[in-house]
Amino acid sequence: MCGIVGLFLKDSRLEPQLGQLLSDMLITMTDRGPDSAGLAIYGSATDGKAKVTIQSAKPDIDFSDLERDLAEAGLPARVAVKSTHAVVAVAGARLADVRAVLAAIRPDVRIMGAGDSVEIYKEVGLPKDVVARFDVRSMSGSHGIGHTRMATESAVTTLGAHPFSTGSDQCLVHNGSLSNHNNLRRELIREGIAFETQNDTEVAAAYLTAEMAKGKDLGQALTGALDDLDGFFTFVVGTKSGFGVVRDPIACKPAVMAETDRYVAFGSEYRALVNLPDIESARIWEPEPATVYFWDHQKAA
Amino acid sequence: MPVIDLATTPLRELNSALHNIQKGSNDLSYEVANPRGSHAVAVGVSGPVLVDVNGSVGYYCAGMNDGGTITVHGSAGPGVAENMMSGKVVIEGDASQYAGATGRGGLLVIKGNAASRCGISMKGIDIVVHGNIGHMSAFMGQSGHLVVLGDAGDALGDSLYEAKLFVRGTVKSLGADCIEKEMRPEHLQKLAELLEKAGVKDVRPEEFKRYGSARKLYNFNIDNADAY
Repeated sequence: MCGIVGLFLKDSRLEPQLGQLLSDMLITMTDRGPDSAGLAIYGSATDGKAKVTIQSAKPDIDFSDLERDLAEAGLPARVAVKSTHAVVAVAGARLADVRAVLAAIRPDVRIMGAGDSVEIYKEVGLPKDVVARFDVRSMSGSHGIGHTRMATESAVTTLGAHPFSTGSDQCLVHNGSLSNHNNLRRELIREGIAFETQNDTEVAAAYLTAEMAKGKDLGQALTGALDDLDGFFTFVVGTKSGFGVVRDPIACKPAVMAETDRYVAFGSEYRALVNLPDIESARIWEPEPATVYFWDHQKAA
Repeated sequence: MPVIDLATTPLRELNSALHNIQKGSNDLSYEVANPRGSHAVAVGVSGPVLVDVNGSVGYYCAGMNDGGTITVHGSAGPGVAENMMSGKVVIEGDASQYAGATGRGGLLVIKGNAASRCGISMKGIDIVVHGNIGHMSAFMGQSGHLVVLGDAGDALGDSLYEAKLFVRGTVKSLGADCIEKEMRPEHLQKLAELLEKAGVKDVRPEEFKRYGSARKLYNFNIDNADAY
């Protein structure tokens, strides 16, 4: 099954409430996905800074003295630990070095996502526990997406939870199941892409990353996904300045959208949206099958 | 008239109250407040009870309705009035996918739009949609009528049996074995009756086109293998 929520704020006065609103939306979707939960929050970008969200199975060991060890390795950084995750902030020009330095000094940490504004948090467990673990309610930001997982295609693990990063400031959540993921994974491995799980959504994320590396933009990559991915999907993708939605041509995985002057919201069900401000007067509709939608702060103004 | 507030009353209390109405009871009119997208609101109604739901509902509202009149003053999630036997279900807003699926009787009126698979496998239900319907509607429909005042999406009436489809607007594409058919006087008469029952005014039956089964896929024929 799985549940997806997304919230894109047009009214910046709502930004301090982003974490609060998204948390309530996510928890409402618990019975669609009680196995694991995750969120991508797009906070305000700091000029010249970039951040990398990392995860560890042994946070006590991996995150202790991480700031000092990064500095010793020649990479000055700020490390903010949140439970099993940590956000490493570095100078924007050094973003490309983070992966290599971490691989050397902390080989067991995983990179959840990176970019100017995105932070990605995901864990196994009930959505309410995941929200509490990372203190999501206190987070502010311009937009965010979340996912509650009912696993069908691979094991219930932190790395099998969503969102999956697809590139700088980009991530993907998925409701559905892909039927050609094994074949596509083999093709992508041949192209040199590394995989961490047997998860179908990781393949979709890697596919989008690979297509964009070949020069497509995200919209073109999603349009390509309609041809190249076989199976059921409602995807919500987060980008630095907005989010996108695409459903497969059969469109049996549910999706509801709501728009007011102050926000655009996505939910697997209407239930996820009922606590949003002025939902009674929102325009509410279902996204069409095989159609790529985008909401973008840069274009919305 | 009992008012059941789903913000404070569990859904099961509402549904069991609706299931346990005794013969001769005077309380035949229920109002439901704060559905807030709840699933399975007013399923399994089996008598002539009136239910007014003030707000939008989630999955499977009014499923298996047998004789009730259920009105949703809002929109409905997937599977509204699924397998209705008799009675009437009215959705003032939009309906999500597979509205009226497998319905065997009664009337489903959707005043907004219906999404994909409206009336899938319908078996006698009558469905009137004031707006548009999505793709694969009336797939394998066996009997009953689907009336659409707006447009129909892709693959209307795919693998249709004997359900009769009437569309006033455009049809994006017809499904396998579904064809446009001649509108005869008996069809116009039935259409006029359904429009009246559904409270549609200012629309004439002559504005519709009729679609039905070409009856070529009833039995397997190797020459039709491409169509399956």
